[in-house]
Amino acid sequence: MKKLVIVAALAAAFGSAQAQQTVKIGMPLTLSGQFADAAAQMLNGAKTYMKMHGDTVAGKKIELITKDVGGPAPDVAKRLSQELVVRDNVDILAGYVLTPNAMAAGDVSAEAKKFMVVMNAATSVVITKSPYMIRTSVTLPQVMETFGTWAATKGGIKQSYTMVTDYGPGHDSENAFTSAFKAAGGSMAGAVRFPVANPDFSAFVQRAKDIGPESIFIFIPGGAQPAALGKAMAERGIDKKKTRVLGSGETTAEAALKSMGDTALDIITAWHYDYMSSNKLNVAFVKEYNAVSNGRNPDFFSIGGYDGMHAIYETLKKTKGNTDAEAMIAAAKGLKWESPRGPMMIDPETRDVVQNVYIRRVQKVKGELTNVVFDTIPMVKDPAGERRKQAADKK
Amino acid sequence: MANARRFEVAFWLCTLLPFVLAPSYLSLASQIAITALFALSLDLILGYAGIVSLGHAAFFGVGAYAAGLIAKNYWSEPLSALLVSGFAAGVLGYALSHIIVRFRHLALIMLTMGFGLLLHEAFNSASAITGGADGLQGFRVPDVLGFKFDMFGRTAYAYSLAVLFVCFLICRRIIHSPFGLALRGIRENATRMPAIGAPSLSHLRKAYTIAALMAGVAGALLTQTTSTVSLDVLSFGRSADVLVILILGGAGRLYGGLIGAVIYMVARDQFSGMNPQYWYFWIGLLLVAVVMFLPNGILGGLSALDKKRQ
Amino acid sequence: MLTSAVGVLFDGFAYGMLLFLLSVGLSVTLGMMNFVNLAHCSFAMVGGYATVTLVNRFGWPFLATLPMAFFAGAIISLVLERTLFKRLYRATDLDQCLLTIGIVFISIAAFAWFYTTEQQSARPPEWLRQSIPVGNLNLAGYRLFLIVFGLAVTFLLFFFIEKTRFGAQVRAAVDNQRMARGLGIDVDRAFMLTFALGGGLAGLGGALAIEVVGLDPTFALAYLVYVLIVVAVGGLGSIGGSFAAAVVLGISDMAGKYYFPWLGAFLIYLVMVALLMWRPLGLFGKR
Repeated sequence: MKKLVIVAALAAAFGSAQAQQTVKIGMPLTLSGQFADAAAQMLNGAKTYMKMHGDTVAGKKIELITKDVGGPAPDVAKRLSQELVVRDNVDILAGYVLTPNAMAAGDVSAEAKKFMVVMNAATSVVITKSPYMIRTSVTLPQVMETFGTWAATKGGIKQSYTMVTDYGPGHDSENAFTSAFKAAGGSMAGAVRFPVANPDFSAFVQRAKDIGPESIFIFIPGGAQPAALGKAMAERGIDKKKTRVLGSGETTAEAALKSMGDTALDIITAWHYDYMSSNKLNVAFVKEYNAVSNGRNPDFFSIGGYDGMHAIYETLKKTKGNTDAEAMIAAAKGLKWESPRGPMMIDPETRDVVQNVYIRRVQKVKGELTNVVFDTIPMVKDPAGERRKQAADKK
Repeated sequence: MANARRFEVAFWLCTLLPFVLAPSYLSLASQIAITALFALSLDLILGYAGIVSLGHAAFFGVGAYAAGLIAKNYWSEPLSALLVSGFAAGVLGYALSHIIVRFRHLALIMLTMGFGLLLHEAFNSASAITGGADGLQGFRVPDVLGFKFDMFGRTAYAYSLAVLFVCFLICRRIIHSPFGLALRGIRENATRMPAIGAPSLSHLRKAYTIAALMAGVAGALLTQTTSTVSLDVLSFGRSADVLVILILGGAGRLYGGLIGAVIYMVARDQFSGMNPQYWYFWIGLLLVAVVMFLPNGILGGLSALDKKRQ
Repeated sequence: MLTSAVGVLFDGFAYGMLLFLLSVGLSVTLGMMNFVNLAHCSFAMVGGYATVTLVNRFGWPFLATLPMAFFAGAIISLVLERTLFKRLYRATDLDQCLLTIGIVFISIAAFAWFYTTEQQSARPPEWLRQSIPVGNLNLAGYRLFLIVFGLAVTFLLFFFIEKTRFGAQVRAAVDNQRMARGLGIDVDRAFMLTFALGGGLAGLGGALAIEVVGLDPTFALAYLVYVLIVVAVGGLGSIGGSFAAAVVLGISDMAGKYYFPWLGAFLIYLVMVALLMWRPLGLFGKR
């Protein structure tokens, strides 16, 4: 036992002697497999930030060390996070596309006392796994509960039918939207869940059509599915004037819009970021992003990575380069800034992301299908986090 | 024979080397040991009884979730939980074995795959109990026999290695017993065995149950050493991976699964470290190379080379 | 009630046609040569990416790219067969598995490298994407196209296998290789061309699938499971078997999702397990 501690201490000392001038950020990402695209976009977002703002902060050089987790594999994510801490001596853990991976890494962040930035994983409880963790992406309750409330009030919708994918984020969205929608006076016509690997939606869409609800709420992951669903809806003749179609931002992402074509018109979505936003910061971001990523446009994975790096940079500036987790988390709490997505803040109590939620409708602008923002709910806090706080305060 | 013994002793002594030579790789070593145990359990039915299974992760997963649920809801002592989890997987294996052993060839492979996929779906749907895609949360296995599970993975590796060794000895006993010989007989010629009075179906069922139990132990080990468990322990990918590993090492040679696990996982770790986005390419190349130059897996190829020399 | 049943049948049949195109090649080569080719969906992927490249980068009309997708699949499978697979015809099933899985991994990495991991789309012409109202139903034009196309391919295959001399040679080689050789049939050539045909059909399937399920480098693994199910349930070496299995699975998948959505993904696996337990050799399998 003692020998190992000495070996480790020597390694750390040697490592840190070199690391005096470098801040190492370890990023376990799902670079291969089903979620490879999300990780690639996230990494490109981070790299774009570094390109735009230089790779030196508070006198130290920033170094990214990426590892492949391969998919939802918390055992691998935990091991890689541990190895990054123990072997590569990283100062900060960042990235984490998927919830189970972020949860497992949270343990490492808490035990090894390392500042951790979650750049995507969107399940609310993730933030509770470590006191040194912040999140710069989004939480599903944040968007979906807001959407549910909006739909029943300003949206003027009285009834809805939910169709979500049968997995964690799908269940969370269904619960969040339904509870908020009902609380604001709406009623539910029913709910259905798609299997995760579902190539064909026509049967489900036909069922929805037969029920004939006033609105349909959809949550499906990005990739091939939104387009397939959009096509199924067009094929079945869902008239969006009669049946309002509500969705999460992934439903009308770039690839989905391209594939759905005009069948996407009039879909209403709630989300925190769109690459076509005319916000000046965003226009500059997209331009740099196109250069870094060989012509691709950013998506919400990219902005999570971009803002994650921003949070790291600003925190380091505040701590003057000190990477001690206590110092960093103290500096990160309450951090406020203007991002290409709009205004953002790290909640000083829950350490979670606070941002605008935009309500958008797909319309043709200058001949191109665009998510046009027509309503904004400003600076929304994660409602699930708020409820946890209230429950804890009551005790 | 003495030669073989020497290699075996050397092999097991080498498994202790990571403690000294690669202390920062012990978490990886622990996961290799667990995978080796999983592959060994598959070898029992594939290499020795001739049952090709594309759904062996079902038992791995049941053991893993059992260990997690025990730690979450009942008690946190790992060794007893390990035995209970293995037993749970064994029970499932026993139940399924009644169906499995009646089939051969492609139908057998697809049935094992089908059961694996069905179980995966079932665990996904029962998300109230299993946590679904987010994984089982809210449990910890802090230590085993008083040794804390540390960040370096020392305790994890020692624990996994010890369990692997014990299970290996048990496997060896089984293989060399009359039961094991009967299994090999069934593998060689299934039609002849009943003719000489060996009840083959019950033998196969027994083997399948033992293999399931062992796979469940491996799964439980993973849960306990990482304090995490999520749906990927039941995935088709995990079943396919362990099959690839066993074929790579050489099925039916007792050490094939262990060698395969070491080679595959070290290669994967190194390749993905060098090239996180495209390491699939190098792993694929490795597999193709092994097949072209070392038929019947690494151990098979080595023994063929050995025979050529003699 | 009736109209929705017809709708489900229609959609299920179309989905079945897609599965058939993707699987028939594997069924024939597995039955004929006993060669376990898990890289079959990589051939489909090659065809899909061929179409994507021709449509998006070179502006070809979608339908014109279909023969090219066929050729792409055929050529790639031919090249692999001549260079690697040929040497393992006598190897164990397990070794064949390992080799072809290695090829799948390589293909996934290669396509991720050239095309990135982004979702691809290749739009068929507008007139194919129309919905055709039939009574109370809205039948999707593209699905109708899939059904017509699938049936046409099936008839062509049957004609080819049953009525031509080459087809007779293939059938002989499937039934009894040694005898066929003894009769002077060039079995190697029959293997080679059948393999190419199977790969070509997979490529065609991959191209047609883009509009329904999309395309990215993980396609080669994601659809392998479905293809294996069709092949096993249909019976090795049987075109009619693949057809029947694909249709049954496609329709039961659709019907399940429409009438019992809570069963979701379970249904297709349950159907497979049930059918295999009833008929272990497949619906039309011979051995």
